[in-house]
Amino acid sequence: MSGEHSTYTPTSGIERWVDSRLPLPRMLHDSFISYPVPRNLNYAYTFGAMLSVMLLVQIVTGVVLAMHYAAETTVAFNSVEKIMRDVNHGWLLRYMHANGASFFFIAVYLHIARGLYYGSYKAPREILWILGVVIYLLMMATGFMGYVLPWGQMSFWGATVITGFFSAFPLVGEWIQQFLLGGFAVDNPTLNRFFALHYLLPFMIAGVVILHIWALHVTGQTNPTGIEIKTKTDTVAFTPYATLKDALGVSVFLIVFAWFIFYMPNYLGHPDNYIPANSLKTPAHIVPEWYYLPFYAMLRAITFNVGPIDSKLGGVLVMFGAIIILFFLPWLDTSKVRSAVYRPWYKLFFWLFVANAILLGWLGSRPAEGLYVILSQLGTLYYFGFFLVIMPVLGLVETPKRIPNSITEAVLEKRSGGSPATV
Amino acid sequence: MKRVLSGLLSLALLAGAGAAIAQENHPAQQGAAAPASGEHAGGGEAEAHGGTPHFPIKKPAQMAWTFAGLFGHYDKAQLQRGLKVYTEVCSACHSMNLVSFRTLKGLGYSDAQVKAFAANYEVQDGPNAEGEMYTRKALPSDHFPSPFPNPEAAAAANNGAAPPDMSLLAKARGIERGFPTFVFDIFTQYQEGGPDYIHALLTGYENPPAGVEVAPGTHYNPYFANAAALAMAKPLNDGQVTYDDGAPATLDQYSRDVAAFLMWAAEPHLEERKRTGFMVMIFLVIFTGLIFLTKRAVYAAKEH
Repeated sequence: MSGEHSTYTPTSGIERWVDSRLPLPRMLHDSFISYPVPRNLNYAYTFGAMLSVMLLVQIVTGVVLAMHYAAETTVAFNSVEKIMRDVNHGWLLRYMHANGASFFFIAVYLHIARGLYYGSYKAPREILWILGVVIYLLMMATGFMGYVLPWGQMSFWGATVITGFFSAFPLVGEWIQQFLLGGFAVDNPTLNRFFALHYLLPFMIAGVVILHIWALHVTGQTNPTGIEIKTKTDTVAFTPYATLKDALGVSVFLIVFAWFIFYMPNYLGHPDNYIPANSLKTPAHIVPEWYYLPFYAMLRAITFNVGPIDSKLGGVLVMFGAIIILFFLPWLDTSKVRSAVYRPWYKLFFWLFVANAILLGWLGSRPAEGLYVILSQLGTLYYFGFFLVIMPVLGLVETPKRIPNSITEAVLEKRSGGSPATV
Repeated sequence: MKRVLSGLLSLALLAGAGAAIAQENHPAQQGAAAPASGEHAGGGEAEAHGGTPHFPIKKPAQMAWTFAGLFGHYDKAQLQRGLKVYTEVCSACHSMNLVSFRTLKGLGYSDAQVKAFAANYEVQDGPNAEGEMYTRKALPSDHFPSPFPNPEAAAAANNGAAPPDMSLLAKARGIERGFPTFVFDIFTQYQEGGPDYIHALLTGYENPPAGVEVAPGTHYNPYFANAAALAMAKPLNDGQVTYDDGAPATLDQYSRDVAAFLMWAAEPHLEERKRTGFMVMIFLVIFTGLIFLTKRAVYAAKEH
């Protein structure tokens, strides 16, 4: 898929036989062994591998969990507890799956941040980026529906609150909400369809991941300098160089993952979800999973009406807008320079953006009152300002640093500059 | 890599500063904040927004638990004492319907002891060949029977508040730790918010301070998560349960023992989990080291 001439040479008779009928081994060889990658990729480029591993972990554990789970409101909660107590290693499967969702999101946020920092979304990689945003959206939908399945208090009330957003839309809102719920309130039809979709969406994610990797292998990877590959000296073979670096990244990631699975499996969850769902008893604070918190903060930041748009609809529009805006990123950034390494001002605004996202996440977990609301509003302003004002304007006014002529030159400059090679 | 690290560090600082400012200003804002809409009746929230403190009034103290940390394990004698407190006191009102008698072997009991323990209970079974329901002695495969036939009966007998099922109580309770404690908790592996809360609540009953009105039928407890007072009266007192192993018959001891027992009830595979985890960690660290050495050897030949 690299567009380069294939270097695959079948050695045995069987390989030649397969190669002339379905050249799948050739494709895998060209994509994951001889595929040339920039020689200067750092560890920020290993999150893709982590995400692939996490998708696999989630699907494997999820399929086994589904063999023991029952999607029916009167038994769902107890079926999960049966997994925890009576199924062989059920506790391990469930904790892997529940924490796996969180670690999937940790990896995807790091992956997105890397893309933002090194300008990975710029031409000719717009479709690659858009497919990534599609995967992220599918992940959010999958994660949300998965959290409903244990049928605890937070499952039930989270589902009630989030599907309630859709009722904010004029005319069609109520219809959409009832269509999603399969009734007038969160109940058995909701649980059943969420289970069906929760099982379906990961396979759709896997499909889009294939497109994502295909697009990646057409355009080639970016690298910390943002300079395209020019000569063969700019590259190394995917295997062993990138594979080993990915393996090391994944292995360290797994250590942190294991720390949570085995020692603090409930740290990222909410205690209320160990209370069976009760439609008559609202929890004091309904908090979504941590990975939605920045968007939840932006939703609640809109406490005022704007013309015909009331605060509820405004909040919902801002929340969805915060994700939709990512699709337009390749055209919002006007800078001709790709990497933040050569853009001192963009670098500053990027780190502010990351800090702002973390702050919004924390605000999303606070009650919507007093100073928290004002901070959320400021955070929302910066979130949208970053994409709609800073990115377009900065590209026009910023003076970038001198850019090396090639990746090889950048690598050699770094070595002679006396600074240790950043692996 | 160094740059990424310093970036992350400065980030943490920034976020910390923001959070500190937010927390400092928060109390001043409280009085002015309008009551949030949609609060459910009976909860403490509506009052909390009016200017009275957020609940709980006091945060639970962190206790030393044998099941905490990297090598956490249950103290079987403590679990047995906790079971005694549960069966003699709590079980009068609280069900524990996810726990089966056979799992009590995890407390160190033999098959015969479990069988004898289960036989103390009567459970309904049936219908038999004549179509009649009947009661029989419980078997190890049965779960703890509930003290009330249904939640409505439980509520009716308890001043309108059905006592919660205790199977998962130790994981279903926990007071928010707040910033920055929740960050440190990742490194100290703090997962004992439930037992800490249960211990604090059981030992926390006191007379309401002057000027605090407590609704009739409720009992003041500054550690209660949702309000200043709760429907459950002080359930345990010094000397109430007689221990066979010489452990002190004090309220504090009872509370610790029953909290530990409830942690076991909620997480019976905790020991296995931590033991497995330690082996997984050792494997992963060695594996990572080997990959690191391989990677370094391969890259040594290249300029990077």
